[in-house]
Amino acid sequence: MSARSFAFDADNLKRAEAIVAKYPVGRQASAVMPLLDLAQRQGGGSLTQVVMDYIADYLKMPPIRVYEVASFYTMFNLKPVGKHHVQVCTNLPCWLRGSDVITDTCKRTLGIGFGETTADGQFTLSEVECLGACVNAPMMQINDDYYEDLDPDTTRAVLSVLKQGGKPKTGSQIGRRSCEPKTGLTTLKDIQPKGKKK
Amino acid sequence: MLQDKDRIFTNIYGFGDVGLAGARARGDWNGTKDILARGREAIIDAIKKSGLRGRGGSGFGTGMKWSFMPKEFGARPHFLVINADEGEPGTCKDREILRHEPHKLIEGALIASFAIGAHACYCYVRGEFLREAEALQQAADEARAAGLIGPNACGSGWDFEFHIHLGAGAYICGEESALIESLEGKKGQPRLKPPFPANVGLYGCPTTVNNVESIAVAPTILRRGPEWFAGIGRPKNVGTKLFNISGHVNNPCTVEEEMGVSLKELIEVHAGGVRGGWDNLLAVIPGGSSVPMIPKGICETVKMDFDSLREVKSGLGTGAVIVMDKSTDVIRAIARLSRFYKHESCGQCTPCREGTGWLARMMERMARGDSKPDEIEVLEQVTRQVEGNTICALADAAAWPVQGLLRHFRPELERRIAEARARQSGLAA
Repeated sequence: MSARSFAFDADNLKRAEAIVAKYPVGRQASAVMPLLDLAQRQGGGSLTQVVMDYIADYLKMPPIRVYEVASFYTMFNLKPVGKHHVQVCTNLPCWLRGSDVITDTCKRTLGIGFGETTADGQFTLSEVECLGACVNAPMMQINDDYYEDLDPDTTRAVLSVLKQGGKPKTGSQIGRRSCEPKTGLTTLKDIQPKGKKK
Repeated sequence: MLQDKDRIFTNIYGFGDVGLAGARARGDWNGTKDILARGREAIIDAIKKSGLRGRGGSGFGTGMKWSFMPKEFGARPHFLVINADEGEPGTCKDREILRHEPHKLIEGALIASFAIGAHACYCYVRGEFLREAEALQQAADEARAAGLIGPNACGSGWDFEFHIHLGAGAYICGEESALIESLEGKKGQPRLKPPFPANVGLYGCPTTVNNVESIAVAPTILRRGPEWFAGIGRPKNVGTKLFNISGHVNNPCTVEEEMGVSLKELIEVHAGGVRGGWDNLLAVIPGGSSVPMIPKGICETVKMDFDSLREVKSGLGTGAVIVMDKSTDVIRAIARLSRFYKHESCGQCTPCREGTGWLARMMERMARGDSKPDEIEVLEQVTRQVEGNTICALADAAAWPVQGLLRHFRPELERRIAEARARQSGLAA
């Protein structure tokens, strides 16, 4: 992505229009976060001032208002990130279930620490606050997907599949459908359709 | 304990069809037009009568909140805003509604919007929940294609649009006025109140902000009747509630139970018990990270509802139960939460911006024992100076876990400091 100029591509222009249309006329500033997200995706995972200026111009906002938003929210990356952004939750519910070990496993497997990117630009490792999947702890988010109920082996396996360019299975790594007790249901036993998943 | 026939979220685990056909088979969208035909007064009265209290943490009466909206419609449009910015550590209930029961939320959004006179609803979903937002959008598209929302929703004559707005990673946006600021395209910094959102909310217009769970239970309450809902639990603490049980239990899980279910039953029956057995329990944070912890002695008998937990100086919060067994370094656990609040303080109010930093740094040293004994008193004082002196409740939320630690585990802090000092003098000698 050239640092000199930025413009939405044709698909994203359409998406941006649809996003702005969600908000009342004259309230297009509401679209600043979704548009920054769109631009960040198009730009390879991070935002530059050129991109933010483009969004400001697109939404007729003072650039400083866009910088404020981009720097306030943690999901906007103002520094380049790797192709796979590995975000390990270390907040209390994950920590109680071994997020320290998951962190160590990631660091060792990738050979980098928190806030660092591998030399080949493939992986960035970050520590994040609660991601809201606490009964599936410990967990991590990589780009748009959650990987839950982790242990060192499954953590290594997920990273290894990504390294090889594959798509790891998302969600629980121990075979849970979602947030049900792992040894079997304690409620709704008779209501669930038999043997049917999704 | 709650029976399946009284459970609202019968697809909470996502084993059934999440789509419209499956939702309809579970009773969603059944007679929605008739519910709307009762009129807004009747709907608000029924929700008041049901005793539903906000499921996002505050426990404020949902029907009461709806009734604060102007009865006369002026030039300013009304808005419903749904708070799906779920981020309170321990809490992961709304996530399951978004991805497995989206039609309950959308139907509830239509009914609530109609009741408060809103033609548009914005559902603010935390940015990390992209997959959940996709599931919700799919359900909204289905509902729109079926005429359930959109112009003349359900044939009611009421036009209703449902929009999803994704956040971008800021815990503070779970505070309703910060959420509104964020939705307007600004930093998520809470507003001074009054004026309250019901008068001056989104775009300066009358706005109601409700939690996902509060909105999603409304259609079932209106179908089965407020008496049914009010008959579960005990007075002022009624209905069903989604609980998340995380931490040191054998089977962490989410479960819908009756309000007032005993904490012990919740842990033993649904979560497979405390790791190593009940006697291995140290303490529980019963309502998400912001409420003070309770030690095992209280956990033996306490019931999970607003008033029971307040009586033991804690709170129901979001219903997120974080269990800690005896292997837990309880000081380090709270230090981790203090670090969280420091990270998430929006920086607007000095007592919070500075105080959360103080708390985090002091707690970090306390965890190492690198403190003087009289600093325990200073720590307590800092929590008191932070609490109640800021625009929003984030500072209180930062103070309370530390206060809970001091209330129940002060000897542990004293011991850690004494041990560290003994080691130090041993080294010096």
